[in-house]
Amino acid sequence: MNFFEMFAEYAPIFLKATWVTLSLTAVALVFAGILGAGVAAMAMSRIAPLKWLAAGFIGLIRGTPLIAQLFLLYFGLSSIVVLDKFWAGAIALGVHNSAYIAEIIRSGFQSVPKGLVEAARSLGMSRERTLRRVQAPLAFRAILPVLGSQFIIAVKDSSLVAFIGLTELFRTAQNTAAATYKPLSTYAIVSVYYLAIVLVLTAVVNRMEKRLGRHKS
Amino acid sequence: MPDSENNPDQSAQDRFLAGDADKGESIVQLRGVTKKFGETVVFSDVDLEVGVSEVVVLIGPSGAGKSTLLRCVNGLEEITSGEIVVAGQTLSYDQKHLNRIRSRIGMVFQSFNLFPHMSVTENIAVAQRDVLGRGKDEAIQKAHSLLERVGLSHKADAYPGSLSGGQQQRVAIARALAMDPAVMLFDEPTSALDPELVGEVLAVMKDLAEEGMTMMCVTHEMRFARRVADRVVLIADHGIAEQGPPDQVLDHPVTERAQHFLSELSDH
Repeated sequence: MNFFEMFAEYAPIFLKATWVTLSLTAVALVFAGILGAGVAAMAMSRIAPLKWLAAGFIGLIRGTPLIAQLFLLYFGLSSIVVLDKFWAGAIALGVHNSAYIAEIIRSGFQSVPKGLVEAARSLGMSRERTLRRVQAPLAFRAILPVLGSQFIIAVKDSSLVAFIGLTELFRTAQNTAAATYKPLSTYAIVSVYYLAIVLVLTAVVNRMEKRLGRHKS
Repeated sequence: MPDSENNPDQSAQDRFLAGDADKGESIVQLRGVTKKFGETVVFSDVDLEVGVSEVVVLIGPSGAGKSTLLRCVNGLEEITSGEIVVAGQTLSYDQKHLNRIRSRIGMVFQSFNLFPHMSVTENIAVAQRDVLGRGKDEAIQKAHSLLERVGLSHKADAYPGSLSGGQQQRVAIARALAMDPAVMLFDEPTSALDPELVGEVLAVMKDLAEEGMTMMCVTHEMRFARRVADRVVLIADHGIAEQGPPDQVLDHPVTERAQHFLSELSDH
């Protein structure tokens, strides 16, 4: 059985696993987006304790490996609460990404020139209007490409959830390799699946960037 | 109107908001204004009045606080002490009050500060709609007539990034004018421009002055000061070193400080 025959034969179980990977990553990223926006708002606030709290959270999460966070949540807390594998994975991946997303959002807002805010304010626009009309749209344009690459990292990092036993793409590859004694073909196949997901995601982000970047011409 | 005689501040404010105050009445007043950044004194105890339709040019060595003074007039900088009155209303830093006053004080910046994600027309229309509550058609019509006035009708749908510096600054002037300001503040409006683009911006400003716009302008363009200013104010050593008609201040300065500054200028 060559690579292509194997690819075809195992397509149904890999496609099913792709669905698990995609839904895991999607749930994690929605959660990460909401939490990350909240942490970014705290980091940019004028209230010092909120800033410290945000900085502490970001430092702690970015300073420790995702797999340690995942194992802490799933195995570490198992004496108190046994989480569903999917949800444990989604929460760990979500919290991990929220710290990065918070930093991306914060730096996006900081990239908006102060002069533009002053121009809006000097026209009589309120803080809220200025945020909505000037800061947010421009920050979003700066954030989008960086956010896109963070999403790509998240898709690939979701493979770590295999190690708590969730049958997503990578776990499926491990099982297949063990059953067929064909690690080379199997890990090549699973790589093709990840690559396909990443390529589609990249295309979507590029398209959004292009649409938002019309004014740069 | 007997009411307005009893309450002159109120009448000045009404006319300010209606946009038809009389010539000779002062529209901007600084009374004993001091500005410090931390312990550093930028200027102290400054008194300055700007009359309706008057063009006041602020000159002085860099770092003397000309721009800071201008930015205090519309509250972009908070003053440390003293009082600023614009059209009878004392500037306070209450946000609602500040937004209302700012909507009638036009400001043009050295770095243009056009909104890069909006077309030229949108740049001029956005605050008309958001702040003055004008309808879409009215705001766009106003934008187009102002673009014609600054000679940029053909750029109505362009984005700022595709315009030259001089064109951007003319759009920025149109954006400020769209609010029907009672006074226009210019903060070194030509300093970021290539020399060959300075003229087109100064021409628009000169037209404005001739049409009776009240203007406060920080600039290094001495020819503009000479031709357009009603009064030149030299800011140096934490305050107003000398002021008067342009030919007096620029050609026959009385104070040593002014003589020194002007001799430095002519050396270059």
